[in-house]
Amino acid sequence: MARNAKPISRVAGISAATFVVVAVLLAFVGIGLRVKTISGLGPAEWQAIQFTIVQSALSALLSCALAVHVARALARRKFWGRTFLITLLGAPFILPVIVAMLGLLAIFGRSGVLNDMLEMIGIAKISIYGLQGVVLAHVFFNLPLAIRLLVQGWQGVPAERFRLSAQLGMGPRMVFRLIELPLLMRILPGAFALIFVICLTSFAVALTLGGGPRATTIELAIYQAFRFDFNLGRATLLSLAQLFVAGGAAVLAFWLVPAVTFGGGMDRMQKRWDAQGKGARALDSMCIAFAASFLILPLVAILTSGLRGLLEVPLIVWTSAWTSLWVALVSVLILLVLALPMAGWIATSRRASVEAIGLLGLSVSPLMIGTGWFILIYPYANPTDWALVVTISVNAMMALPFALRILVPSIRQTAQTYDRLSGALGISGIAFWRCVLLPRSRLQIGFAAGLTAALSVGDLGVIALFGDPDRSTLPLQMYRLMGSYRTDAAAGAALILLALAFGLFWIMDYWGRRNAIAE
Amino acid sequence: MLSLNKIKITQGAFELRAHFDVDVGQNVAVVGPSGAGKSTLVGAICGFIDISTGQVMLHGRDITQAQPDARDMAMLFQDNNLFPHLTIMQNVGLGIRPTLRLTGEEAGRVNDALARVGLTDFGTRKPSELSGGQQSRAALARALVQSKSWMILDEPFAALGPALRAEMLDLVADVAAETKAGVMMVTHAPEDARRISDSVIFVADGVAHGPQATAGLLDNPPPALKAYLG
Repeated sequence: MARNAKPISRVAGISAATFVVVAVLLAFVGIGLRVKTISGLGPAEWQAIQFTIVQSALSALLSCALAVHVARALARRKFWGRTFLITLLGAPFILPVIVAMLGLLAIFGRSGVLNDMLEMIGIAKISIYGLQGVVLAHVFFNLPLAIRLLVQGWQGVPAERFRLSAQLGMGPRMVFRLIELPLLMRILPGAFALIFVICLTSFAVALTLGGGPRATTIELAIYQAFRFDFNLGRATLLSLAQLFVAGGAAVLAFWLVPAVTFGGGMDRMQKRWDAQGKGARALDSMCIAFAASFLILPLVAILTSGLRGLLEVPLIVWTSAWTSLWVALVSVLILLVLALPMAGWIATSRRASVEAIGLLGLSVSPLMIGTGWFILIYPYANPTDWALVVTISVNAMMALPFALRILVPSIRQTAQTYDRLSGALGISGIAFWRCVLLPRSRLQIGFAAGLTAALSVGDLGVIALFGDPDRSTLPLQMYRLMGSYRTDAAAGAALILLALAFGLFWIMDYWGRRNAIAE
Repeated sequence: MLSLNKIKITQGAFELRAHFDVDVGQNVAVVGPSGAGKSTLVGAICGFIDISTGQVMLHGRDITQAQPDARDMAMLFQDNNLFPHLTIMQNVGLGIRPTLRLTGEEAGRVNDALARVGLTDFGTRKPSELSGGQQSRAALARALVQSKSWMILDEPFAALGPALRAEMLDLVADVAAETKAGVMMVTHAPEDARRISDSVIFVADGVAHGPQATAGLLDNPPPALKAYLG
């Protein structure tokens, strides 16, 4: 076999990457067309930028700080329901944001469970709106992510190391200093960076719990410039600001973000000898109880209020559910067409920089892309006619960085392992994909597809820019119901959306697991 | 004397029983097929794996429930015997006092131990700067300063070549003789057993058989051991 012969052709991967880059560049062109009409950043824009950064930093900080304690408790305690809780940690990632908002409002909202309890004991009500609400919601979504990253870190510690420290008689303090501190130093910067970047472009949370001059993110400000003022110049300006803030942060974060492995192995646990004291036990119990109730209570609230509201759901909810379903399925298709060749290219490329293209999706915000494309389409056609096409494409692109993170390691390993055997047998190109890569990566493909489907079906982003009552997805419809105070109908819609997101994820993930080749 | 009194270790469907005594100062090898439970046996003796029934006694004291550091045993694992981010000096020093703070006298003992295993000038280096054999030596230096009455080794030299392995085994035997410690060593290789052990514990089919004189057992193996030795 020639030294440079590779079983995977780079052409398809480079084409897919080019397509993504062009799609993003087109948005820039659209924004560029309007740059002439903009003025400098005004105080409102500065305030939005400031709020975006502050809430992201707080969310990341709080998520990481809490995650350290919960992850440590999970890694070293055996308790009833442990496997269930660890599985549940994956739920917020595929839970539609707008659905989670409803659950959080039911617990922390003005007439939520928490405020009812505070009222009973005579303490003033707390408000979920504004900075604290946005941070609370972001912690709800990202605490589980941080916990998962850290639990993986703990499980990566060789068992001998805890045995060695037990044998040498190290106390909790020394075990922390010698084993846990280095682990935290290795993982926390990446976890912080990842959550910070994710929160920078968060839209639906700010839309529901933010607003007003003191609690508007850049993403929300773009939306408001569009929907309320139809001020394309201002939207352009804000899109540029978003590009600098989120893009810059993502580039910095790229070197820090740890490899996110999903799925199995998380329920293993290690025997520990340094954590048998009463204080450590009590602390761990508290952490686990806190994490469990923080995660479970909003979900329970969604289920109970959803079941009550299911009968109140108007017909339009069902039609938009149907729209959401096929939008999600087409998104998955596009994602796979883009992600698989790109993953093949990245996996066999020697340059690490290629992987950065995959992160483009993290650094550009959906509303920024939406704004750019809107400006391009606007002179020629009615943008609302294109609402679903744009939504489908943006959803696929937003899922791309996650899909690549999931696919690349498995494809890289498979390609390296079977490179020579396949070369000797003359298996290359499509045949290599069909006979070797796809079957060996079935687990990861199923998981990436499920994740994309769930993200896409629950997405409330560009559709809010383009959508009109005839062309709306279920999350947008649900948001409208919430906005018009039809709480029961919104709760019913939330349950349908939840079932769609989890159902799609489960089916695709199950497809991947079924007949997956055991390692 | 180390006594295993009718112990049973259960891990899922796997069960291992043992009932025998070993005299202090003895060198014993633990041999048997892969998956028979050799590592499980020494892990249980060191307190890393729970014992379902029976007692482990050392010098007449029941240590079945004792913490790993309160058993008068030093264990060398297959891998990860050293903390990668600490220097060799610090790693060895942990054997004297698990706090990284040593008095001048204690630091002297660490240096003596390093000299004894042939690592005189390596104290300030990190484990990654050492070869596999040198890392084993450093772990052995720590066992030396721990000076426990048993050194338990779970195939710590499996990754070394034959000549280096023989050299390390001799060093283990010397160090053990100096500290008057007994050695219990899991190994795959009968020649290792012949090299340093007085007797052999054969583990197969869920039972760890009591120690028998090495030469006699290996020269006239019972059927199960014969099948393993090939």
